[in-house]
Amino acid sequence: MTVTYEDALATYEPVLGLEVHVELGTATKMFCGCATALGAGPNTQTCPVCLGLPGALPVVNETGVESAVRIGLALNCEIAEWCRFARKNYFYPDMPKNFQTSQYDEPIAYDGYLDVEVDGEVFRVEIERAHMEEDTGKSTHVGGTTGRIHGASHSLLDYNRAGIPLIEIVTKPITGAGARAPEVAKAYVAELRELIKALGVSEARMEQGQLRCDVNLSLMPAGTTAFGTRSETKNVNSLRSVERAVRSEVVRHAGVLDGGGRVVQETRHFHEDTGTTTSGRTKEEAEDYRYFPEPDLVPVAPSREWVEKLRAGLPELPRLRRNRLREEWGVSAHDMQSILNAGAIGPIVATMDAGADAASARKWWMGELARRANEDGVELAALAITPEQVARVAALVGEGKLNDKLARQVITGVLDGEGAPDEVVDKRGLAIVKDEGALGAAVDEAIAANPGVAEKVRGGKVQAAGALVGAVMKATRGQADAARARELIMEKLGVAD
Amino acid sequence: MPGITREEVAHLARLARLELSGEELDHFAGQLDAIIGAVARVSDVAGEDVPPTSHPLPLTNVMRPDTVRPGLTAQQALSGAPAQEQQRFKVPQILGEE
Ligand SMILES: [Zn+2]
Repeated sequence: MTVTYEDALATYEPVLGLEVHVELGTATKMFCGCATALGAGPNTQTCPVCLGLPGALPVVNETGVESAVRIGLALNCEIAEWCRFARKNYFYPDMPKNFQTSQYDEPIAYDGYLDVEVDGEVFRVEIERAHMEEDTGKSTHVGGTTGRIHGASHSLLDYNRAGIPLIEIVTKPITGAGARAPEVAKAYVAELRELIKALGVSEARMEQGQLRCDVNLSLMPAGTTAFGTRSETKNVNSLRSVERAVRSEVVRHAGVLDGGGRVVQETRHFHEDTGTTTSGRTKEEAEDYRYFPEPDLVPVAPSREWVEKLRAGLPELPRLRRNRLREEWGVSAHDMQSILNAGAIGPIVATMDAGADAASARKWWMGELARRANEDGVELAALAITPEQVARVAALVGEGKLNDKLARQVITGVLDGEGAPDEVVDKRGLAIVKDEGALGAAVDEAIAANPGVAEKVRGGKVQAAGALVGAVMKATRGQADAARARELIMEKLGVAD
Repeated sequence: MPGITREEVAHLARLARLELSGEELDHFAGQLDAIIGAVARVSDVAGEDVPPTSHPLPLTNVMRPDTVRPGLTAQQALSGAPAQEQQRFKVPQILGEE
C-alpha cells in the first residue's frame, strides 16, 4: 500500500532514535599503541593486542577516556564515577578477537541533552548515553559483481582500523517532532558534528566515516503513547541521507501499518541512489552478544577533580557561538542553518581571521566552494584550498585586481593544484586589464564594430551601453575592469553617465 | 545445579558458527555442565555480603599516554594467517549476513 509522507503524518507520530558513532582523532588506538593514520598500507598498523593474539593485554588510551568525558560534559551528561568495559561477543571476521570491547550497562556518560535548532526554533534532544568502544577492521568482498557480500567468493580483511577509539552516542526516544522528524534528525547530527569539531576530539568527517549514524524509527498512532516496532537503518553517512532515511522509513512503516501488516524489527540498509532502505538481517537471530565485564581492563573511575577541570576547559558551545556569529555577520537564522549544514562556519571564521570581511568570506564558501565540494562529494574543509587562500582571493577582488568571474577561475586553479592564488593569477594571466591603452583600443574596436548601438547611446539611450561593455569584456576575455570600460565608452561617445 | 541443556549448546554453536552433530550436542552439554558446576562452587563460599566481582585487583584508571608504539609489520601480522591476498587476511565467504 502506498501512502504519502503527509498521509503518514496525519495518522502517525514518528518516534526517532539516533545512534551516532564518532571515531576519535587520537594518535593511537583505544587499547594499544598502534598508529591510526589514514591511508597506510593494509595491516601495517596492528599489534598482538588489536589482532587478538593469545596473551596480549590491552591498556586503555588516556586521551580516549578524556575525549569521552569531554563529549559527555558537552552533552550535559552525568559522568560515571566508576564504570567498566565489556566484551560484546560476536562471530564475524571484522573483529579478530571475536568480540568488540565496548561498554554495556555502565556507560561513561549518561542522561544528557543537546539543544538543536530547526527553523530558528529550539528542540531538545535527550541523550541516553555516550560510551567508549572500538572500531572494527575493514572487509573487502571479492568475487561478487558489486563488491557486496552476496555472490562473493571470499573476503579480505585489513585490521588497521580495528581498535580505533569510537564513542557511541545514543539518544532517548525522540517524540514530538511530528512532520519535522526528518529535519530534527538532520539538525541533531549536524549539531553533534559541530560539537565534536569544536571539542577538537575528531574531525567528524562523515564522508570518511569518522561520524556515522544509525537511524531507529517507529510509528505510533497519533494521540497514543505506546511505541511501535522499530527498524534500525545502519550507516546513514551524510546529513542529507539522515533526513531522507527518516522520511523514507516513515512512509514505509505507514504503508505496512495501513495495510494491516506488522513492522518487523530488523536492521535495514540505506541506499543513496534511491533514498530508500532495504531489509538486512532480522534482530531475533543477531542480538545475542553475551556481554560480560572485560577482565583484562581495569575499571575507569574519573575523579571529580579531573571531571571539573575538563568541564572548565570546554570551548564555547557551537549553538551559542553560532548565535553570536549570526549577530556579528548579520545573517538570518535560515541562512545560518544553511551555513551550519554546509560545515562552513569554521572555514568562514578562519577566512575572516586571515583578513577577509564576513560578507566575502561567506560568499565564497557558500557559493563557488560549496558548489565544488558538492560536486566532488566532500566536505568544505576537505577542499584543497586554505582559508588564507580564500582570504587572498577576496583581497584581490577588494583591490579591484580580480572581478568575481576571474576570482572563480583563480579558485578553480587553486583547487586543481596550480598553486597559491597569486601564482594562478600569473600563470593563467587572469588579472583585470588596467592598461588604459589596451582598454582604450578595445573600447574603440567595440564602438567601431557596433555603430548602431553607439548611435543609440549618443542619442541618450545610456542603457544600450551595456552591449558595448559586453563586447569589450568579450574581447579582453573577461579581464577588463567593467566599470572603467563603461566610463571610457561614455567619454568617447561624449555622453554623461 | 546449572543444568546446561542440549538446546543451549545448539544455540551457542549457532552463534559461534559451529556445526555440531546430535551426539556432540549431548557430549558438550555434559562437559559444559561440569565446568559451570565447578565454577559455581564459588557461590557456596561467597555469602550474601560478597558482591559479584569482575576484577580481583583493587585497581582503577590504569591508562597509557596517547603515544604511538611500533607494532607488527604486515608480514609479521599475516605470518599466522591460513590464507592471505593483497596483504590482507583472506577468509571464506561470509554467509547469511550483509
Ligand atoms: Zn594494536
